[in-house]
Amino acid sequence: MTAKTRDKLGRPVIAVTGIGIVTSLGVGKAANWSKLTGGVSGIRQISRFPTEGLRTTIAGTVNDVYRDDMSPADLSERVALLAGEEAIAEAAIGPKGHFPGPLFLAPPPLEIEWSDRIKMAEMAPADADPAYPELLRVARNFAANRNAFKFGIIGENLAEKFGTEGSPISLNTACASGASAIQLGMEAIRRGECVAALAIGADASLTPESLVRFSLLSALSTQNDPPERASKPFSKNRDGFVLAEGAAALVLEDFDHAKARGARVLGILEGVGEKSDSFHRTRSSPDGKPIVASMRNALADAGVAPDDVDYINAHGTSTPENDKMEHLGVSAVFGERIRGIPISSNKSMIGHTLTAAGAVEAAFTLLTLQNQRIPPTINHSVPDPAIALDVVPNVARDANVRRALSNSFGFGGQNVCLVLTLEPA
Amino acid sequence: MNARQEVWITGVGLITCLGEGLDANWQHLARGDPPAYDDKSFVPYVVHPLAPVNFDKQIPKKSDQRQMEPWQRIGVYAAGLALGDAGIVGKPELLDTTDMIVAAGGGERDIAVDTAILAEARKRRDTGSFLNERLMNDLRPTLFLAQLPNLLAGNISIVHGVVGSSRTFLGEESAGVDAVRIAHARIAAGQSELTLVGGAYNGARWDVLLIFEQAGALLKGEFSPIGARGTSGGMALGNMGAFLVLESRQHAERRGARAHARIKTVRSDRAARQPGDIEATLRRQWESIAPEINRERAAVISGASGLEPATSAEHTVLKEIGLPIRNTGTYIGHGVEAQFMANLAIASAAVEQGKLYPAEGPADAGAGPSDLSQVVVTGIANWRGEGLALIERAE
Repeated sequence: MTAKTRDKLGRPVIAVTGIGIVTSLGVGKAANWSKLTGGVSGIRQISRFPTEGLRTTIAGTVNDVYRDDMSPADLSERVALLAGEEAIAEAAIGPKGHFPGPLFLAPPPLEIEWSDRIKMAEMAPADADPAYPELLRVARNFAANRNAFKFGIIGENLAEKFGTEGSPISLNTACASGASAIQLGMEAIRRGECVAALAIGADASLTPESLVRFSLLSALSTQNDPPERASKPFSKNRDGFVLAEGAAALVLEDFDHAKARGARVLGILEGVGEKSDSFHRTRSSPDGKPIVASMRNALADAGVAPDDVDYINAHGTSTPENDKMEHLGVSAVFGERIRGIPISSNKSMIGHTLTAAGAVEAAFTLLTLQNQRIPPTINHSVPDPAIALDVVPNVARDANVRRALSNSFGFGGQNVCLVLTLEPA
Repeated sequence: MNARQEVWITGVGLITCLGEGLDANWQHLARGDPPAYDDKSFVPYVVHPLAPVNFDKQIPKKSDQRQMEPWQRIGVYAAGLALGDAGIVGKPELLDTTDMIVAAGGGERDIAVDTAILAEARKRRDTGSFLNERLMNDLRPTLFLAQLPNLLAGNISIVHGVVGSSRTFLGEESAGVDAVRIAHARIAAGQSELTLVGGAYNGARWDVLLIFEQAGALLKGEFSPIGARGTSGGMALGNMGAFLVLESRQHAERRGARAHARIKTVRSDRAARQPGDIEATLRRQWESIAPEINRERAAVISGASGLEPATSAEHTVLKEIGLPIRNTGTYIGHGVEAQFMANLAIASAAVEQGKLYPAEGPADAGAGPSDLSQVVVTGIANWRGEGLALIERAE
């Protein structure tokens, strides 16, 4: 028997053997990568519902997948399914309909939609007050909605379709959810519970109310015209993020298992770090300590030093607060060297895919490593003098990238960072 | 990888309709006092409202309380009780490395705003732009933060200073089972030494009743115990916060912490829920722990929701197993994501006391051994997911 491959801390090595991506740029890795490195924006005027009276009227919607009247649950499940199918096909793992490991899914939180609430109200007698007791009286006629708004529904349906093993875990760590899904898969393989895991982040939940909620927190860009210019991470004139939809799936696999079956190793998930922040519900500690600790924990988990990192895939939301704090954080971790490390934000092109973002950006980071080409931060025409970073402005760049850090930070003090690298030569 | 670590429960925080704290809950059950329920406020539905709680005791700042809706306040309160019980309140050196897994629903709505919008929407043709305008004007920015599932964990970080890590699991009862399973597995494997795990539920709200009524899952009319709810059964939703501090034995002994109990095994599965699937899954789970069970000193605490066919399917297998059974749902209602943790809390009290509380209702069975030391806790969900844990006295 050959020796087992172990990482610097004596644990199984986590390979990625399959990647699937859906964003506003399109369906599939190839379409996404060519547009992402071409500096193409997926942000458009919202066409799914009327936008009169809204401060923000743009989003990064998955128009290639959306069909009339799909609910956020249906659409999120659909993009998760497309990404998962692509990843599993690439990994060529397991018999069809039987993925040999558990599912870790980062779905959007689901709620009854206004369209349904209004339909129920309309079913009530004309003289009845359409208050909740009346909605409840008609609710049982909404049989199609039986399980539609249970938080576990997307995971349940995906587990059925992919044939994953055990209880599918759905999780939420706000805008770090996709990275947390990957983290749970890494931990399960490291514990030796499984040899493979399917990690998916998926969020296609744009509705008037979801838009209004972020709008009321002043988190969204209101520079609606032209839409493709609105997301401008690290720019002086940045004014908020652009809400977006998307999904990414990664097949995680014990390196030895992947090698033994002759699978192609697309990259290695070398480390993951997290640290939560107790400062505020939507803002980071002003000293940036939790963000810094999260990055340092990821590097320590990978057993590498800051000097070993060649590229940073930024959380880079384009909000005044995030980009300032992320700059502060990476400066603390990497010191003077940060000026020489390329750091770019995929969100400049695809917007903020919320619970999917951590997975989507990990997937793009793996493609960056594979292709030795760094996607740009577009819309970078007014640099912020307070942010002295090489953001790979506007144009993609060929570079020698051996190891990368991918950051995800979320409301509720959630911080998760991943360290990704290429297969050891 | 280190040798597997033993996992202790070193802190319990429980609030339900029966009272505040594990002791108050156990005393109510041990006295066999009638269950506390409300069949008037949400006619025709029956709910178990929260016992009176002074939130100031665990959430001293009113500004923090205002940023939360009830389910979050309940959870933050229970988390504080658990941390206090474990002796880690106000110890930043421990809280800094305390991990956290919360099982959450969320989505609590502003019923008055929804109602006003619906009343007018029926009269309008331009529903889209009208809705935009009303949402922009009527929604409170802070309400959104109370709807985000991970903001229960976020509020626990802010109020109690738990900042090692923070993960929130979604998906009804299974979220609770998996939260405990992952917390247990991480400690057993040396990936964590100290983890706060729990959940909170507020079933006394119209918006959540609406979600379950769409599935026809609610108990209507008169209250009755689990096992006496007719052919289709039904759930009486509860109000509860249940948090546990799990800790490696090594870590607990080093700091002199006391164990309520140890968690031996946590199993979580997903059956397709065709007829017979629940039974087969639960039998398989039971067989995996059966060799470790001392039948003379063991009992089952069931998390059956009251909804059929899941409740009867579970009880078919529990009867085969033949251990004494208690259904906590009769007393505390069904707390969905929080139910499994609440039942682990009650089970830990039972092994500490060395006895069960009196049986109530047709699904409860047996008097229970005089020296109870092991409890099997089930979490067979109302519509998906099957869980089981074995906990025992830490001797």
